[in-house]
Amino acid sequence: MKTSAIIMLVIAWSVIAFFTVRFFIKVLKTPTKE
Amino acid sequence: MKRQESWGTRVGLVLAMAGNAVGLGNFLRFPAQAAQNGGGAFIIPYLISFLLMGIPLLWVEWTIGRNGGKFGHHSTPGMFDVMGKKKWLKYIGVFGLFTNLTVASYYCYIESWSLSYVYHSIVGTFFETKPTEFFPAYIGTTGNNIFAFPQEALFWFLLTLGLNVWILSRGLVKGIEMAAKIGMPLLILFGVILAIRGLTLTTTDTGVVQSPLEGLNFVWEPQFSGLTNPTTWLAAAGQIFFTLSVGMGSIHCYASYVREKDDIALNASSAGWMNEFVEVLLGGSILIPIATAYLGLNMVQAATAGGSGFGIGFLTLPTLFNNWGWFAPIAGAMWFGLLFFAGITSSLAMGQPIMAFLSDEFKFNRNKSAISFGALTLMLGLVCVLFYPGGSFDEFDFWTGTFSLVAFALLEIIAFAFILGIDKGWEELNRGADIKIPTFFKVVIKYVTPVFISIIFIGALIKPSTDWLTAFSNLFSGLGWPFAPESVIGKIFHVGSDKYKWVVDGMFTSDFVKDITRLLLAATFILISYMVYIAWKRKKLEVNK
Repeated sequence: MKTSAIIMLVIAWSVIAFFTVRFFIKVLKTPTKE
Repeated sequence: MKRQESWGTRVGLVLAMAGNAVGLGNFLRFPAQAAQNGGGAFIIPYLISFLLMGIPLLWVEWTIGRNGGKFGHHSTPGMFDVMGKKKWLKYIGVFGLFTNLTVASYYCYIESWSLSYVYHSIVGTFFETKPTEFFPAYIGTTGNNIFAFPQEALFWFLLTLGLNVWILSRGLVKGIEMAAKIGMPLLILFGVILAIRGLTLTTTDTGVVQSPLEGLNFVWEPQFSGLTNPTTWLAAAGQIFFTLSVGMGSIHCYASYVREKDDIALNASSAGWMNEFVEVLLGGSILIPIATAYLGLNMVQAATAGGSGFGIGFLTLPTLFNNWGWFAPIAGAMWFGLLFFAGITSSLAMGQPIMAFLSDEFKFNRNKSAISFGALTLMLGLVCVLFYPGGSFDEFDFWTGTFSLVAFALLEIIAFAFILGIDKGWEELNRGADIKIPTFFKVVIKYVTPVFISIIFIGALIKPSTDWLTAFSNLFSGLGWPFAPESVIGKIFHVGSDKYKWVVDGMFTSDFVKDITRLLLAATFILISYMVYIAWKRKKLEVNK
């Protein structure tokens, strides 16, 4: 793989994985309001 | 007063919403669109479209849904009715019933193919029969007829539909939520295993002609030329639109079961990003790398022409898995199992709004409404199954799975921003929010997202047969606009069909089947509108009693 492709892949995957995990953990941790 | 049905857990809701969004397109359409639109050139417009159109539209639909639920409405006619004082607003919501019912009719058929392929992978059918020979015989397209009676396909279709009805009849928590909690983790697990197996193939493995990383390189090598190409932008925005299942009415329905003070901003974001995770990280790492390894990059690009990965996914991949020896049946079962889970979590989301409408407006109980959904889907689905060779299935896909979605999304974003009002809508979205949405998105929702959707709508309406730059050049040179046969205008006027006739040599043609299918869809839309009219007339009578 070319370096530019690796950089692009790492950035996009990191951003998507970061927000997916961050939001999902927040969902798990925050109780619903009764 | 009877307590309203609601979600059992917050995780269950987010998984069900993510399951609604994650469909077969995540694994088949996304990689094909990326391959056809310049690989890395596609990714940047794709991610920008997600931020400026996808996420805002998710927030809008969750907001409309929860707001409707507050008034006891769990399907879109009622939700739009309470957005303003105009009586016609509820008829915008007809789209949210029409699209779900008609898409479910042909989507359950595709879903049943996945289930059938799981079985055939396990019993080793594809060791003996090539999928390219198996599939036409399976769906009945081997002859020149417009009609087919594919017995095995019908069996799997009925089984799939029955499974959907059974899960729906169990209710929100024991049915839909349970299915999402089982289906989504399994889907991700199967995807991860297949991606790892595919990406670790080397040229020393049997049958491998090229490194799978070449395929990955193709998708991810940045080509900034894509940013100035309108065709790439339209493809990227279109993919975001279809992958998130917006413009359907199903997100609204699921969100309507969220309690008034509970968060929707974080839930919507979580479900949306989870869909992107599955699509980009998994969907982008299975089909293209494996196909590149065994076929080479040029073949992959040729096989994904038209922007659909269906050919590779159903016709080629089972053969390629045969190179994996004892693991082939397991890989096949995982691949089609993954597609089946992606499909069923989406089709359940199409069934719930129909059930909710029958339950809210006509007081059907859960079993009766689930069976009614099954019966209606079966009636319309049979048209897709029996007249598949005549083109009925493709007509359903185009008018309901493509055009109707965009039309509804355009109407709903206008209604949200300008009829409900952006200030009221923004306040509703942020009520009980567990994240702070940047105020910048208020402007995006009011102006940028409607422009994005308008462009997709106009793009679908007048899609040219050439690329967009050439088409505009033709227009300004006085050569006219080259409508593509698959544009809305092209479809209506049968562009590219030289011999448009209903009957040839005493036999009905596929033109006849296509036109009859369109009439059937139009009649379905009118019938649903009439049911909405009747429901509100009854409400009025009840109030006056």
